[in-house]
Amino acid sequence: MSEVLEGVRETAPTPLLQLSMQQAINRALGEILESDDRALIFGEDVGVLGGVFRVTDGLQQRFGANRVFDTPLAESGILGTAIGLAMAGFHPIPEVQFDGFAYPAVNQIITQLARMNYRSRGRLPMQVTLRVPSFGGIRAPEHHGESLESLFAHVPGLKVASPSNPQQAYHLLKHAASMPDPVIFMEPKARYWNKAGVNLAADEDTASLEGSVIARPGKHATLIAWGAMVSRCLQVAELAAEDGIELEVLDLRWLKPIDEAGLAASVSRTRRAIVVHEGPHTAGLGAEIAALVSQSCFDTLRAPVERVTGFDVPYPSGDLEDEYIPNIDRILFGVQRVLEYRRG
Amino acid sequence: MAPRALDTLPPRQADAAAPDPDQLRDLYRLLSNVRQLDTSAVAWQRQGLIPGYAPMLGQEAAQVGAGFGVDKTRDFVFPTYREMGVAYTLGVNMVEYMSTHKAIWHGGLYDPVASHFAPFQAVVGGSVLHAVGWAHGQTLNGASADGLGVGVAFLGDGASSQGDVHEAMNFAAILKAPVVFFVQNNGWAISVPTEQQVAGGSVAARAAGYGMPAVRVDGNDVLAVVEATQRAVAHARAGLGPVVVEAMTYRRGPHSTSDDPGRYRTLEDEKIDGGEDPLNRFRSVLLTQGLADASFFAEADAGAQTRADEIRDGVVALDSRPGSEMFDFVFQESTPTLGAQARQWREESEHV
Repeated sequence: MSEVLEGVRETAPTPLLQLSMQQAINRALGEILESDDRALIFGEDVGVLGGVFRVTDGLQQRFGANRVFDTPLAESGILGTAIGLAMAGFHPIPEVQFDGFAYPAVNQIITQLARMNYRSRGRLPMQVTLRVPSFGGIRAPEHHGESLESLFAHVPGLKVASPSNPQQAYHLLKHAASMPDPVIFMEPKARYWNKAGVNLAADEDTASLEGSVIARPGKHATLIAWGAMVSRCLQVAELAAEDGIELEVLDLRWLKPIDEAGLAASVSRTRRAIVVHEGPHTAGLGAEIAALVSQSCFDTLRAPVERVTGFDVPYPSGDLEDEYIPNIDRILFGVQRVLEYRRG
Repeated sequence: MAPRALDTLPPRQADAAAPDPDQLRDLYRLLSNVRQLDTSAVAWQRQGLIPGYAPMLGQEAAQVGAGFGVDKTRDFVFPTYREMGVAYTLGVNMVEYMSTHKAIWHGGLYDPVASHFAPFQAVVGGSVLHAVGWAHGQTLNGASADGLGVGVAFLGDGASSQGDVHEAMNFAAILKAPVVFFVQNNGWAISVPTEQQVAGGSVAARAAGYGMPAVRVDGNDVLAVVEATQRAVAHARAGLGPVVVEAMTYRRGPHSTSDDPGRYRTLEDEKIDGGEDPLNRFRSVLLTQGLADASFFAEADAGAQTRADEIRDGVVALDSRPGSEMFDFVFQESTPTLGAQARQWREESEHV
C-alpha cells in the first residue's frame, strides 16, 4: 500500500443488507441454483407456494419447475429420490417441511443417505443438502418443534449445521451446499423472521465457516449454544453483565463435526461451561459437549459442565412451550450453579 | 404355479429385437453359469469360505431374462441382496460381487458406476426410491435421439409390503420417471408365503392404482421374461413413464444359508409349488427348435463349472481390506473428529 493511501479505505465499506433469516436463506438458495446447474430444490409445497415459511419463495418462477419442484407428501420418498438424483450426478437440496416430519425419512437418511459414499467406497458421493426447519418456539402443533441434532449427529456419514442469525444462515448454507457430503441444515424456525444486517461479501473464506464462533466474549463462564438458543444466551449475557458477570457465548454452528478445539479454547479461558439446548436432556448433544469439555479442560475446570436443556418429555403444546425450552431464568440458574460451585 | 395373466402395457415394439439363435444359446449359457455359481456359493458357505449367502436357486430365468432386457451402457440397475443372476448377466465383476458374501465390504467391491449396478442393498425395498430419483435425473438430463436411460428397480413380494415401495411407485408415476419396477414374486419372504404378504394377490395389479401399465409374466420362462422386460424398458425409454413387471417365480432354496425351510414348508410343497425347473424348460425349448443338442448342453454346463471355479479362486484370493478403509470412505471430505479416531485406531492397533 502506498504512503498516500495508508490509512484510507481503498473501497467503500460494503453496506449491510437488512434481511430476515428466511430472506437470507432464500437469497443463498437462489445463488446456489444460479452457480450450480446440477442443484435442484424439491419438497412439499416448495414450488408454487414458495414453502410454508416462504423460504423458497419465487425460486420456481426464476428457475423453472425442473429445478424447483413440489413432490408428493412423503418424506421418505423425498429423501430416497434425492439419493437417486445424487447417484445420477445431481445436487439435491430437498426440504423436509418440519423437524418432526423428518422421522418418516429417517430410514432413508440413516440406512442410505449417510452410508452410500461408504458402501460404494467413495464412488457414489452424496452431495445432498437437506434443509429442515427445526426446533420450537412458534406455538406450532405436535411434531413441529423437535430438535433432532443428537439423532443426526450420532449417525456416521452425516454432517449437521445450524445457523443462529441471517448472516450465518446465508454463508453457512452456501458453504454446506458446496460440500460433497450430506449435510443436515437445521434452520431455527423461531428466528426466521428476525432481521439483522447481512454482509454478503464477508465470510467468503470457507475456513471461517467451519467450526464455532464466539458470539460474545467474556471471561467468567462459557455459554455453549446453537440455533435459536444463541440469541437467548446473548440476552442472558447482557443481563448477567449488569451484575458484573461476563459470560462468553460460543455459537457452535456445526453440530457435527463439533469444533473440539474451539470449545477447549473458550472453556480453558473461562474455566466454566454451561450447554444450552432445546432438545431433551438425556443423551442430548449437551452430553457429548460436556464429555469433550471434561476431557480437554479437566485440569482447569472450576465446576462440572452444566446442562440447561429441554426435559425428557414429549415436546409440549404451545401453552407449555415456555416451560420446556430453556428460558432466561433457567439459563441464569445454570450459570449460578456453575459460578457458586465449590469442591468437596 | 401358472400366473394369472395381466398385461396392460400398450402394444409397442420393443427397442430390441427378440433374441436370435446365438443369443438364445447365450441365454442358456448364462442360465447355466448362474445356476452353477449359485450352487457353488452355497457350497463355499458350507466349506467355510464365506460366512453366508442368499441363494437364488429357481430364479435364474427371472434374473437372466431381466438382465438381458437391460442396456448396461445407459440403464442403471438397483438390486437387492439376491440379484446375483442379474449382476452376472450384466457383466459385473463376480469376484468383486461375491466379496460382500465373504464379509469383505458391505456394498461389494465392484464399481457401481462403471457396472451400472448399484451397491448390494440389504434393506428390503431400500433402493427402490433411488431408482426413481436416478430415473428422474435422466428425464432432467433430456432424452437422446434413442430415448432415456432407464432405472431398473429390483424388489420382491416381501418388499412390496414396504411403504417405500408405495412412495416409489407414486413418485415415479407423478414424475413420469423412466423406471421399471421388476418384482420377483418368489412365493416366500423368508418364512412367510405370498398369500400372507401381498393383499390382493398381485403386485402388478397395484400398478393400475398408480395409472401405470404392468405385465405379469411366468418368471420361470426366460423368453417370456426377456420379452416383458424389453417391452417395459422400451416403454420407459420412450418417456411414457414407469412400468411394473411381476415375474412369478419360486425360491427353491432357503432364504439364506442360515435359513431352515423345513420349519415352514415341506419338500413335497417345494416340488409342487416350484414347478418345472427353469433350466430344464429352456433346454426343451432349444431342443424343440433344433438350436442345441446334448453336446451343446454338456459343453455349456462344463464351461459353467470352469467359470464358477475361476470365481471361487478369485474369492479365495480376496484379502481383507485394510482397517483404515473404515475411516476412508465415511465422507468425501473427512472431519477432524474422524481423523483423530483414525489416528488413535492406527496407534492402538498397529503398535508393536
